[in-house]
Amino acid sequence: MTQPKRSINWRKITESKLFFPILALSIILFLDLIFVPNFFSFQVRDGNLYGSLIDIMRNAAPVMLISLGMTMVLATGGVDLSVGAVMAIASSVAAVMMNPVIIGLELPPDLMKFINDPNFTYSPLWEVILVTLIVATICGLWNGALVAYVRIQPMVATLILMIAGRGIAQLITNGVRIQIFYGPYAFLGQGWIVLPFSLYIVAFVFVIAWVLTRRTAIGLFIESVGINFRTSFYSGINEKRIKMLAYAFCGFCAGIAGLVASSNIKTSDANNIGDLIELDAILAVVIGGTVMGAGGRFSLLASLIGALVIQAITTSMYAIGVPAFALKAIKGVVVIFVVLLYSDQVRSLFQKLSAKGARSA
Amino acid sequence: MPEENHVPLLVSMQGINKAFPGVQALVNVDFDLKYGEIHALMGGNGAGKSTLIKVLTGVEKPDSGRIFLAGNEVHVRSPQHAQSLGISSVYQEINLCPNLTVAENILIGRQPMRFGRIDWKRLNAQANEILQRILGIEIDVTGMLGSYSVAIQQMVAIVRALEIESARVLILDEPTSSLSIHETEQLFEVMRRLKSREMGIIFITHFIDQVYMISDRVTIIRNGGLVGTYETANLPRMELITKMIGKTITVLDEMTKIKAEIGKRISAEPVLVARGFGQAGQVEPLDLELHPGEVLGLAGLVGSGRTETAGLLFGLEVPDSGTLTVAGAKVDRFSPHDSIERGLALAPEDRKAAGILDELTVRENIILALQASQGWFKYLSLSKQYEIADKYIQLLDISTPSPDQPVKNLSGGNQQKVILARWLATNPRVLILDEPTRGIDVGTKAEIQKLVLSLAEEGKACVFISSELEEVMRCSHRIAVMSEHKKVAEFSGDADEQVIMQAMAGGS
Repeated sequence: MTQPKRSINWRKITESKLFFPILALSIILFLDLIFVPNFFSFQVRDGNLYGSLIDIMRNAAPVMLISLGMTMVLATGGVDLSVGAVMAIASSVAAVMMNPVIIGLELPPDLMKFINDPNFTYSPLWEVILVTLIVATICGLWNGALVAYVRIQPMVATLILMIAGRGIAQLITNGVRIQIFYGPYAFLGQGWIVLPFSLYIVAFVFVIAWVLTRRTAIGLFIESVGINFRTSFYSGINEKRIKMLAYAFCGFCAGIAGLVASSNIKTSDANNIGDLIELDAILAVVIGGTVMGAGGRFSLLASLIGALVIQAITTSMYAIGVPAFALKAIKGVVVIFVVLLYSDQVRSLFQKLSAKGARSA
Repeated sequence: MPEENHVPLLVSMQGINKAFPGVQALVNVDFDLKYGEIHALMGGNGAGKSTLIKVLTGVEKPDSGRIFLAGNEVHVRSPQHAQSLGISSVYQEINLCPNLTVAENILIGRQPMRFGRIDWKRLNAQANEILQRILGIEIDVTGMLGSYSVAIQQMVAIVRALEIESARVLILDEPTSSLSIHETEQLFEVMRRLKSREMGIIFITHFIDQVYMISDRVTIIRNGGLVGTYETANLPRMELITKMIGKTITVLDEMTKIKAEIGKRISAEPVLVARGFGQAGQVEPLDLELHPGEVLGLAGLVGSGRTETAGLLFGLEVPDSGTLTVAGAKVDRFSPHDSIERGLALAPEDRKAAGILDELTVRENIILALQASQGWFKYLSLSKQYEIADKYIQLLDISTPSPDQPVKNLSGGNQQKVILARWLATNPRVLILDEPTRGIDVGTKAEIQKLVLSLAEEGKACVFISSELEEVMRCSHRIAVMSEHKKVAEFSGDADEQVIMQAMAGGS
């Protein structure tokens, strides 16, 4: 076991959760460098940055946001399928609060004429955001309660809200797609301060999540509950509350993603917002090295990079000229590749290779 | 050698060795099984019984040793291979589908077909015939398996095991642990039938009564080594227990002296008092007192309720009778979290399932319980964590390359020390240790025993649970004996071993 110091470093690198996602992202970007002209070029307009790389990050924002919450849920050994539906609920709540006419609320006639005005909102923006996030967090708490206290399988428990959530979202808006005209709201998803504003939101939520899990004991408890909930229970950890927290935070993240996504399309679309996003989010977390089903060790940063990997694939495919309808098939191939990369056989092969490389170095 | 016998042995295992990382599970074990014999295999937890069976059934490869089946040497490669050789086993947990019918369970995979579809009529008829022929029982084979008693399910499992191949050897691993007396009798009837057909049966159990009821010979294993094989009828009960528990009369070394020394300073004021404390079906109401500075041994055979008692005291379960007082305050909320706050600690019996968090580092494993008692937001700083981890790595002499090593890379003994460190870090008043030396090499065992005594010396109260009576006697100032989920007796630490064993054996 007494290997030179260098080999230990190598092992640390290959064992890090960041290694594979960064490797995958590098491979994709490298292929882009070869095959897509101008992929790495930036334009500056009005002091703001534009370019394919910026697009990847901006389009990945909703998945990145959800992947933060999903990381915690997967780390406890669970899964949350309802995030897309919670996004829909969030966007409906936000839209109705800004433009309540649609659900039959009578506005004073002097306000009615402002209804399509980009400066008009019925409730102030801070109230819209606050209420929306509270509703989304309650959705997460509901999932958490079903998993932790009623002890329903996470996949089944969150399936309930996955199905019912879109119905609830439709009920909130009376089954209508609500257009959102309010300008400041559009800034959430479309604004630009050098970089897209949604990236600042991602960074902000990431910092919250990181502080919550790494500057308190919560991260350790989430990991220990995922690895072995009996040991955690014996050690005095309240496993139920930890699970509640993880699902609640996941709901919270889905709520923010719902705000960003609806602001992006200036509409609350209960049927299509966040459609199948749960699968992308789960894939992002898995690419980030958190084990689905077993839980345990997690890395928030790796999950974010995982989300970027998925979006980079999509954007690259479009850039190469793969038609939209073929995209899912291509994604499937990539998923197979990723799953193979993460299998024990390939991992041990990698470790052998890196050990060999270190010895010959 | 088997060739020299007139009647070859059905199974002969010779000089079997098997080591796992950190523990020598089997040392030069010989075992044989005759035709038409029921052979009991006995030993405490971690003695090596199941490893021996795993070697025979191809689950584990022995490091050395030979296996003969009916006089021919065999190399069992896998459980499937073992089955094709005629070695079938039925495990404690039944591996059947409760939501299929009895007939389907018996014949699944070999169902009679007609026009490419399952011939249900013949399927049911065949199943009926098999049950009658082998077991002599008649039940509705179209009923769901899950609707039958555990005994019937067990027998269906046996039938299935026998029907898959022409089985010659049947291994029953604790088949009676969940059966009632009547059901056990039914099972024994089946075993006698099979025996009369020249089949060899290996019967693993913890119930001594049953060994005498059914077995012809008994083989005892302790700490991975063979104690011996005996004709059951010629082996007195007491001797059997003695051999299982181990009574190597080592020089009662310094430890006895230390123990006596500490014993003088035991506080008269109890730290923990249980009165009529119990939970239906698990622990019958018992009285227990613990004083600061003493080690209370909890002796009893496996399944006697020791572990359940420990769990109940620690609040894993909520008691339904009696009271518990810790440090003068009556306990009204039962959970590990509350217990830790009260100053209790429990190092559980099953290290893998409830002790270590294998992926986490040594440091994280050590601070876990302390952090849990501090709550979510009072996070111990990293430097504090390392300080605590380093302190206990040194104190308990945990051999690990660094505190950041995942605990799964440590040997069993060191993992056990990590768990002890986790609890010592919470600075408990009462430390309950359930089989803290199980599956650990002899040297580490002695270390842990000494540690327990030195903790008592510091004024902690310890409950020491072990299957090895010798160990319990060496460390304990008092010994409470459990049998059949009851506390049956209490002795002082220097009581006569024979008397204690008598109590453990349950009166007879």
